[in-house]
Amino acid sequence: MKKLVLALTGTALLVAAAVTYTVSARHGAADAEPAAQLTLAPGRLLFRDTATGRVGAVPLGDPQAKRQLGDLKCDRFAVAKQTAACLAVKPGTLPAVTEVRVLDDHLAVRHTETLPGTPSRARVSPDGKRVYWTLFVTGDSYAQTGFSTRAGLYEADTGQLVKTIEELPVFVGGNRYFAADANYWGITFAPDGNRFYATLGSKGTTYLVEADYARYRGKTLRENVECPSLSPDGKRVAFKKKVADGVWRLAVLELGTLEETALAESRSVDDQALWQDDGTILYGLDNAVWAVPADGSGTPRKLVADAASPAVTG
Amino acid sequence: MYIAAGRTSDLAAGTDRAPALKRVSANVVALGAVSLVTDVSSEMVTAVLPLYLVLGLGLNPLQFGLLDGLYAGATAVVRVLGGHLADRWRRLKAVAGFGYGLSAVCKLGLVAAGSSVAAIGVVLAADRTGKGLRTGPRDALISLSSEPETLGRSFGVHRAMDTVGAFLGPLVAMAVLALSLGSYPSVFVTSFCVAAIAVLLLALFVRDRPGAVDRAAVSFRAAAGLLRTRDFRRVALWAALLGLVTVGDSFVYLVLQRRWEIAATYFPLLPLGTAGVYLVLAVPLGKLADRAGRWPVFLGGHAALVVALVLLCGPQAGLWLAVVALGLHGVFYAATDGVLMAAAGPLIPAGLRATGMAVVQTGQAVARMLSSVLFGLAWTLWDLRPAVLVAAVCLAAVVLAAAFVKPVRP
Repeated sequence: MKKLVLALTGTALLVAAAVTYTVSARHGAADAEPAAQLTLAPGRLLFRDTATGRVGAVPLGDPQAKRQLGDLKCDRFAVAKQTAACLAVKPGTLPAVTEVRVLDDHLAVRHTETLPGTPSRARVSPDGKRVYWTLFVTGDSYAQTGFSTRAGLYEADTGQLVKTIEELPVFVGGNRYFAADANYWGITFAPDGNRFYATLGSKGTTYLVEADYARYRGKTLRENVECPSLSPDGKRVAFKKKVADGVWRLAVLELGTLEETALAESRSVDDQALWQDDGTILYGLDNAVWAVPADGSGTPRKLVADAASPAVTG
Repeated sequence: MYIAAGRTSDLAAGTDRAPALKRVSANVVALGAVSLVTDVSSEMVTAVLPLYLVLGLGLNPLQFGLLDGLYAGATAVVRVLGGHLADRWRRLKAVAGFGYGLSAVCKLGLVAAGSSVAAIGVVLAADRTGKGLRTGPRDALISLSSEPETLGRSFGVHRAMDTVGAFLGPLVAMAVLALSLGSYPSVFVTSFCVAAIAVLLLALFVRDRPGAVDRAAVSFRAAAGLLRTRDFRRVALWAALLGLVTVGDSFVYLVLQRRWEIAATYFPLLPLGTAGVYLVLAVPLGKLADRAGRWPVFLGGHAALVVALVLLCGPQAGLWLAVVALGLHGVFYAATDGVLMAAAGPLIPAGLRATGMAVVQTGQAVARMLSSVLFGLAWTLWDLRPAVLVAAVCLAAVVLAAAFVKPVRP
């Protein structure tokens, strides 16, 4: 009897402690700061505020200025022209389901796609017509806790959805490549809205794939190029180069000559780089947004603290 | 996942389970309750950990997968150590309790570790160590608390209760995430509180090694001597050999998904299908094992897996075949997991029970890990379907050999 009382009391206390902690976390998460109306007006640096998960903005010319926070919450964020993309895990879904939201220039939702997986990368094509993303999907891989990636895109003008580009016919050295484990990540489109690049991973090797969207076929250019990001002039690709397991360095590849330049950032970067302009590259690292010259010179410079997923309006 | 609610209320109402619960010792029910509550706690964390690491901390998930596999291997060694210490100190409950306690504290460790990947690695390793330490002594306590002729039923009741916890864990995690507006630390703190309840239940209601204590010398030599007893050696070796040709769960689900094009959203529900069947059949098959012999039921479970694999790759692709295959996968678990412990128990002297059980489990676990690697290789070389068929043939061959070549006395 005494044991029963002890057990019930102890259980009640522990449950009360758990509920108290959980409910108080709810108040901590409630945002104190009122939401500002953010727009895609030129000359702004938008990002994910890592403390609140909300989209924040600062002037690109003065990134140290006090940030404005909108009411939109995103795990990944991207913009181009008058289109923005917001990837957010749908609350209360286990395993995770991601909402891909296509937004207008006042960050109002124009379209939503709900897809399985957790957000990894998001981008908008330079013409603002396509939104593309990479999601991590569990259970696809044969390692018990393995992840695989799934890259897809949405045509904002026609409303067509490509859930995964896995079916893209790819040629390696002139021969059609087939593999059950083909995985894509990190799509990037050229200003013409047709030529695009992505990373293909298969059998332990990663390839840079150059593809034609209208003809829907691609070919590999070279190995060990992950998360490509095309420069505004369309001639270079910034990417992360694997140097060891779980260690990547930023580099820039000249597409005409396939010549590679290492950037001045010496730390490991696991992000899809973003071109601020033809000379500067932005990326997220250690909960901050950094900038580094695209020609390998200079040193990395911290632009905004407590931020990730940078996006620049032009 | 939502089958859980229905099943649990069945259990509470005790429609068909009440007699079984009454006829197993109170100590087994207490251990079952401890496992149930602990599983709620650990499955909560398992469900949110990938999300937390990838979204919360921005970790690369491929790294995480690597990390995870590594620790699974380390657990195997700790398991034998836990069993041996429990036997040597004659403190099964204390060693099991330490294991449960260590895992509980690790849930708070996840909060304390913050965003340091190294610290999270250490905490996860400690968590697995706790799990490894407690398994041998706990199963030894179950077998020492039961009449030898009802061991199958006892393990069945324990495993069924354990599975209920696994069903509830993700649901509790979802509720906490919804209530806290997506706060992962809240999930970890709640998980700690739930685990602490389990430790409390263990401390209050589980009795340590009931009955007379066997004063046999417990040394590494005595433990090694176990493998010289013919029947125990055969059980351990056959279990390991069968483990080596057993196709891992994730592969089974993958074949199901590929063949029947199950949307990725529903993919995680497949393990719940297996668990549901396991939950329902654990007690009946345990009882059958007590009557018809544990070894035949254990081998029969593997035969069910062979049939499931053949169905998965056979010429027909009706949806009902997928359901039957998933059901057979559940039968495989219900007929093997607890039943193996029930078969091994009586072959081990009481003083060495925890060590002996840990040895059998470790052999099986290591073999299954190896099998995953081999199967992954076969898959890459030959593609999925031929690999599964070859695995099914190998498994059938080993089952037949285990039944006829060097059989274990029932």
